[in-house]
Amino acid sequence: MANRIRIYGIEWLLPWLLPVVLVVGWQVAAQSGWLSTRILPAPLDVLKVGVQLASSGELYHHFLASAQRAVIGLLIGGSIGFALALATGLSRIAQHTLDSTIQMVRNVPLLALIPLVILWFGIGEEGKVFLVALAVFFPIYLNTFHGLRSVDKDLVEMGRVYGLGRFALFREVILPGALPSILVGLRLSLGYMWLFLVVAETISSSEGIGYMTMNAREFLQTDVMVLGIAFYALLGKSSDVLAGLLERNCLKWHKGYRT
Amino acid sequence: MDARVTELPVRKSNGIAIDTARLVKRYGDREVLHGLDLAVTPGEFVAIVGRSGCGKSTFLRLLAGLEKPDAGVVGLDGAPSSGIHPDARIMFQDARLLPWRTVIQNVALGLPGDSRAAVLAALNEVGLADRADEWPANLSGGQRQRVALARALVHQPRLLLLDEPLGALDALTRIEMQCLIERLWQQHNFTVLLVTHDVAEAVTLGDRVVLIEDGSITLDLDIDLPRRRERGTAEFAELEGRVLNTVLGEELCPN
Repeated sequence: MANRIRIYGIEWLLPWLLPVVLVVGWQVAAQSGWLSTRILPAPLDVLKVGVQLASSGELYHHFLASAQRAVIGLLIGGSIGFALALATGLSRIAQHTLDSTIQMVRNVPLLALIPLVILWFGIGEEGKVFLVALAVFFPIYLNTFHGLRSVDKDLVEMGRVYGLGRFALFREVILPGALPSILVGLRLSLGYMWLFLVVAETISSSEGIGYMTMNAREFLQTDVMVLGIAFYALLGKSSDVLAGLLERNCLKWHKGYRT
Repeated sequence: MDARVTELPVRKSNGIAIDTARLVKRYGDREVLHGLDLAVTPGEFVAIVGRSGCGKSTFLRLLAGLEKPDAGVVGLDGAPSSGIHPDARIMFQDARLLPWRTVIQNVALGLPGDSRAAVLAALNEVGLADRADEWPANLSGGQRQRVALARALVHQPRLLLLDEPLGALDALTRIEMQCLIERLWQQHNFTVLLVTHDVAEAVTLGDRVVLIEDGSITLDLDIDLPRRRERGTAEFAELEGRVLNTVLGEELCPN
């Protein structure tokens, strides 16, 4: 019994071992002067500047600006992607009209559009939101479409035998059947959301985490730059955790998501 | 059991009469049913046997209104039927439960308003009232088919179409399910059409055994044995033998 508990403890601690060793090594290297602070600041210095910027409210201000762009972009791109996928996933006519065009546009590397986006929208908010919306559109569209199309036809037939109307069939059978795939799309799009936000914010902006980082470059403040990068990582991780919670909550019935 | 569980109301002699006339069904160039005629009286239990691919499942799907005949008429209660009949329910080889709904929600599918009492009564009839709040994934194959049966019963169907619902079950569970289906049929007086490839099952349950071969009826045999039928008896074996000989005969003796 005692043996078992010790093994559980190790399993829990083991994933943390490597990161802790790396950070401690990094701290030692920076402190002893092996690692120039112009290349990488010591982790404790990053933490210090983090606390400082947080208490001055600057960090919160930039975070709010970034989060706002991300969420608005996600809402716009995600809802357009979801709505179009509903159309093409449920209607053959819509599929024939729209799907091949969307699949074609999907193959354009979206980051190649940046010069055009700057031309269209200038360097204001719209361009950044547009890039984020465009990036989240495709994973949501593709996975929702795939999910709707791969719903078990036998279950749909059963629903018809049991007298479900079109809307009830959608609510009871088609949407829940497509949900695992839709949530995969959401999870992927959250990743793209931050990626494109970083790119958009480093091009040009006057607030946001990306602006903070780029601005710090001008003054060689490597600690602020690393703080910005770490903050992006934190945002990405937390949205992933959020999506995971959503999956576990919505897919309790699914064997693959049971804990 | 829970004291609030009531019994499902029983409607007397409420089966649907079936009368099909020269039913033809084609898939592409292949004609699956060549003008099938079958008349079933209300409340009758008809077992349809045949090899796989003989058209027996197609016939059942036409009766259920899941597919349209290319020629001929499906008559239900004397009227030509089109589409899914509201009083007919079909059970498939797989239970087709919604995995994202609990057992009780699955049985309540398509019922209007607060139906908890009726749903529990139906689950009680198949002996699964205590599993009402489980996910279907937690049930065995036989239990899932019983839930599917409860889901059909709760609508008080007048015609129950069974498309090899016991085909995927193990031998012991299958016998249990046969007893259950027979008991519920006797209680509720609906018309039953059971498609099966198991001749012994057909002889155990059917008032009549109808053999479909290559899209036509080649044998229509009344089974006059008293119920609950014992498989070991000579009469049972004789009837089972007659059906089997008709199926196999052609193959053993060409001409």
